[in-house]
Amino acid sequence: MTAATEPLLLATAVRKAYGPTAALDGADLTIRAGEVVAVMGPSGSGKSTLLHCLAGIVRPDSGEIQYRGRELSAMSDGERSALRRSDFGFVFQFGQLVPELTCLENVAMPLRLSGTKRRPAERQAAEWLERLEVADISGKRPGEISGGQGQRVAVARALVGDPRVVFADEPTGALDSFNGERVMRLLTDAANDTGAAVVLVTHEARVAAYSDREIVVRDGKSRDTERVS
Amino acid sequence: MSSPHGGARYEPFAGFDSVGGGSGRPPAPDARTVGLRAWIRDLALGARFAAGGGREGWTRTALTAVGVGLGVALLLLTAAVPAMMHTRDQKRVAREPSSAAYIAHPGASTLLSEETGTTYHGDGITGLLVHPEGPKAQLPPGVTAWPGTGRMVVSPALERLLASSPLLRERIPYPITGTIGHAGLMGPAELYYYAGSDQLVARDSTYHHGNADRIAGFGAHSNSAVMGPTFDLLLIVVLVVLLLPVAVFIGTAVRLGGERRDRRLAALRLVGADIRTTHRIAAGEALLGAVFGLLVGALLFLVGRQLASHVTIRDISAYPGDMAPNPALTVLIVLAVPIASIAVTLAGLRGTTIEPLGVVRQGVGRRRRLWWRLLLPAAGLALLAPLFGKVKGDVSLNEYQVAAGAVLLLFGVTAVLPWVVEAAVGRLRGGPVVWQLATRRLQLNSSSSARMVSGVTVAVAGAIALQMLFHGVDGDFVSSTGADTSRAQAVVNGEVGDSAQVASYVRSIAAAKGVSQVYGFARADATRPDASTLKRDETTDYPYLPVDVAGCPTLRQLARITSCAPGSVFLVPPDDDPYVHGDYVKFVRPGGLVDLNSPDSGAYHGKARLWRIPAGAVTAHPLPQPSGAQEWGVLATPEALGKAALSTPQAQITVSVDPKQPDAIERVRNAVAAFGPAVRMYTLHDTKEKSNYIQLRRGLYAGATLTMGLIGASLLVTMLEQLRERRKLLAVLVAFGTRRSALAWSVLWQTAVPVVLGLVLACAGGIGLGAALLAMVGGPFHVDWAGMGAMSGIGAGVVLLVTLLSLPPLWRLMRADGLRTE
Amino acid sequence: MSIGHTLLGLLESGPRHGYDLKRTFDERFGHDRPLAYGQVYSTMARLLKSGLVEVDGIEPGGGPERKRYAITDAGITDVATWLAQPEKPEPYLQTTLYTKVVLALLTGRSAADLLDSQRAEHLRLMRELTRRKRDGDLADQLICDHALFHLEADLRWLELTAARLDQLAAEVTR
Repeated sequence: MTAATEPLLLATAVRKAYGPTAALDGADLTIRAGEVVAVMGPSGSGKSTLLHCLAGIVRPDSGEIQYRGRELSAMSDGERSALRRSDFGFVFQFGQLVPELTCLENVAMPLRLSGTKRRPAERQAAEWLERLEVADISGKRPGEISGGQGQRVAVARALVGDPRVVFADEPTGALDSFNGERVMRLLTDAANDTGAAVVLVTHEARVAAYSDREIVVRDGKSRDTERVS
Repeated sequence: MSSPHGGARYEPFAGFDSVGGGSGRPPAPDARTVGLRAWIRDLALGARFAAGGGREGWTRTALTAVGVGLGVALLLLTAAVPAMMHTRDQKRVAREPSSAAYIAHPGASTLLSEETGTTYHGDGITGLLVHPEGPKAQLPPGVTAWPGTGRMVVSPALERLLASSPLLRERIPYPITGTIGHAGLMGPAELYYYAGSDQLVARDSTYHHGNADRIAGFGAHSNSAVMGPTFDLLLIVVLVVLLLPVAVFIGTAVRLGGERRDRRLAALRLVGADIRTTHRIAAGEALLGAVFGLLVGALLFLVGRQLASHVTIRDISAYPGDMAPNPALTVLIVLAVPIASIAVTLAGLRGTTIEPLGVVRQGVGRRRRLWWRLLLPAAGLALLAPLFGKVKGDVSLNEYQVAAGAVLLLFGVTAVLPWVVEAAVGRLRGGPVVWQLATRRLQLNSSSSARMVSGVTVAVAGAIALQMLFHGVDGDFVSSTGADTSRAQAVVNGEVGDSAQVASYVRSIAAAKGVSQVYGFARADATRPDASTLKRDETTDYPYLPVDVAGCPTLRQLARITSCAPGSVFLVPPDDDPYVHGDYVKFVRPGGLVDLNSPDSGAYHGKARLWRIPAGAVTAHPLPQPSGAQEWGVLATPEALGKAALSTPQAQITVSVDPKQPDAIERVRNAVAAFGPAVRMYTLHDTKEKSNYIQLRRGLYAGATLTMGLIGASLLVTMLEQLRERRKLLAVLVAFGTRRSALAWSVLWQTAVPVVLGLVLACAGGIGLGAALLAMVGGPFHVDWAGMGAMSGIGAGVVLLVTLLSLPPLWRLMRADGLRTE
Repeated sequence: MSIGHTLLGLLESGPRHGYDLKRTFDERFGHDRPLAYGQVYSTMARLLKSGLVEVDGIEPGGGPERKRYAITDAGITDVATWLAQPEKPEPYLQTTLYTKVVLALLTGRSAADLLDSQRAEHLRLMRELTRRKRDGDLADQLICDHALFHLEADLRWLELTAARLDQLAAEVTR
């Protein structure tokens, strides 16, 4: 977290409106390699929109978002999809696992979409499931496992492609404290080991406590503690 | 702060992840190569989705497969029809006696044959009396050994029939020595036999004497019957009307589970699948359903083919092996069905953009345009219009033009439907809560409900059009024969020696149980008295002057006669045929001479046998005969002719039977059968229907019923899927205190509104197409209101049934646990 | 909670008598525990000595209760430093934080900034506890969790207060 590190993600004056309401109204932030940053703020403050913009899923109305020096808005859908495969990982509150696939296949999916053959992809996926202490459910479908297990599978899937940034949107939102803490510990440990940065959207302080620093979003404006200080 | 190339690379576009966003630019340097492997991987992944996903996924795939399979089976059947017809034709020709040239003398390979047919309880039985004249005589197809004299080989169906019908056995009494194999039969239900006979005498070169043909073997030239352009038109329209709803159904079937699929694809977009990848995956899903559908279709076709061998429609049955789809058409079906299903899937995805966070449907709020939808039926009409009034006689029909026109007209109905539903539903306001729930839901997503009923619409429209066409061409196919079946039920005719033999035939027939009246006469020909002196060549014209010989009671049946005694002769003028009338006036007059040695094959043979018409001959008016014909010429009692010999007299016997004795006609047949193969019997009918037409109509009704059932099944699936999507909402409404019956009513309205609109449109489209088809055959415009009502009723009934069937699941979904999040 | 800083803050809006200060303090912050006169005068004496306040004037009649105090420039700086300095997160902090927020609003300073830096301070401690919890045994974990839940409760209060700042400002400056 030194100032010398090149910023991985750089957002400047990002604005995004859904209809007449501005979800983001001039957000600035910097994410550096390997750091865990919590994006905090009350519900409706624009946290999730900010995350979606940073990940290139949603295009801001104005402002710049650069990933490793490249403007996200200027990329084609194919390029941004490729970025999601190779550089980004995602953990959402729920609904991001494909219900038709087994947990192992779900985790192997980003690798397979990047062209890895089935066997090596599933071997790597199995390793990650083991690391996240859910190796026993690799053959089950998402509908057959608990919420905590599902989130750990999602973490495994987010990290299997060795991403530079993991975007986590309320990853513990549907879990109780115990399971939530467990997921957070596994997520941050694994991200630390692989050197991935984590953008963690949460409104829970105990979850945010797993971060290195926090960014507060209020009324669509973000306060980056790094920039303030 | 700004990236080195940020400004230069930025270009404005409508929205993130829009389909067009990335397609215009060259592939990015870091984009993964999309090669064959990616295609295979994504298709396999899609197939994995279609096959996996637990019970629900399987149900969806199975339904898709069944839907596609039924369509494929129908397509295969259609592809098999030409080959089947061809095989039947070939088999029919192969067993026909070859009669290329007259054979005067018996040889090592010649045989004598004579066809002898009969009818038993309405089933036609064909028999061939045969007698091989040399050791090398060719066996008929399907027969391995000649039946000995007085013995026969039979088809398996005939063997069974004979075993169960003593009455028929009496008529065909020969001991059975073997059965006819597949090669010699057109279908398993065919009634056929070959009987050995030593009573056969070869006809002479003029075919005057003898009772059998000397032939060189079997296998004649094809002379398949042509039904004419009206029949072709009917066949084409029936196929279009049956296949089009199936096509629409396939389109609906591959879209089953669409919303769930979109969510799944959104989840994949999140982990980095680009739009093209998701399209390939969706294609893979559709592909698996289509491939399963092909397998199911092939299976259904094979099973159906086996079953079809047990079905006989109007004496026609077919062996499974003969129903072989044309290989080229089969390859086309195997390729076209999966490709079409992929195309439909991709077309369905065109209006939606699958984003990593969910699905964005475009065009919400954009009003549908009407003009291009009207273009389709207009184009169809434009194709059909040049044919108005042209379909008659022997003109050959441009099948493609007709098919394309009909398809466009019917597709026009489905194209206009979404616009009509949107336009109609958009104006609905207010009303009771139930109505409000239904109409608001429809306003939100009118296209899916329109799609749901489009199959029903096409089926009903097509069926209405066909009914109109059938009605219009009824007269073409059902022709009046003029026969009066209240006076007589059968006529018997055949060669006899003299009028005394006719009298003995009449006596034997009268002896059969159930015969109420029978009379007969001997018919012979006479010609001009100077016929023997005329130049004997082909161009010479010999007038035809019929001479009918019978006792007075019979003559009274033929003409209005006041007094008759042995020796009486009556002269009956022909009604209005100017050609024969001239001959009659010239030669048939009291005291006139005629030559009884009438040449019947164009050339005069032998010596003249002159007979003078008695001077006391009286002119009488003819009476119409039960067969519909009227006798004219000379009516004479046998005494009037004296010793004058008739040349080749024919027996003409008219039979009435007691209608209360159902087997009377069979007993008459038995009696006639005893007279030998030269004497035949025909039963009389008021009208004569061409059997192909009946088959066509039955096929249509069966097909329409099947299609409606199919559409009903797909409707049910779609409906259940929609209900599941909204289970939470339903549970909330119930928690509010909404009555369940209210929700059921809203579901019913939700289906009923598009269905009613669809049926109205179907009636309009059906009448339009029907009118166009009628105009083509030149028939008068006529709407079959009853038929239209029936078809619409069936359509509405299907929807009502589906709604009723969806109520129990709706009840289950509305239980309180629906509130639970999954 | 620092009585000295609070009284200094109250003086920022204008010179006041000691009695006046006590009444204002009680009104705003001392609902259940009124300030004793002795405490006011001893505090003021100390602030006077450190040069943070000065005597603005003495009304005729004499006596300590007749002294009018005014804040000095040094005093204003001192208040600012105090407000900007996040409190060490500890239980029952809200009295101090509330006082600070109200004073910030009264003196026209940014209460939101105050709350933000306090949140950052809370989070800093929570991070430290989380780290300790990760490396420690079960006993450590349980103890840390206890502290974490309390801190989280404070943070929620901070969030809620932040969300209601406008409402509060309207009320205090009425």
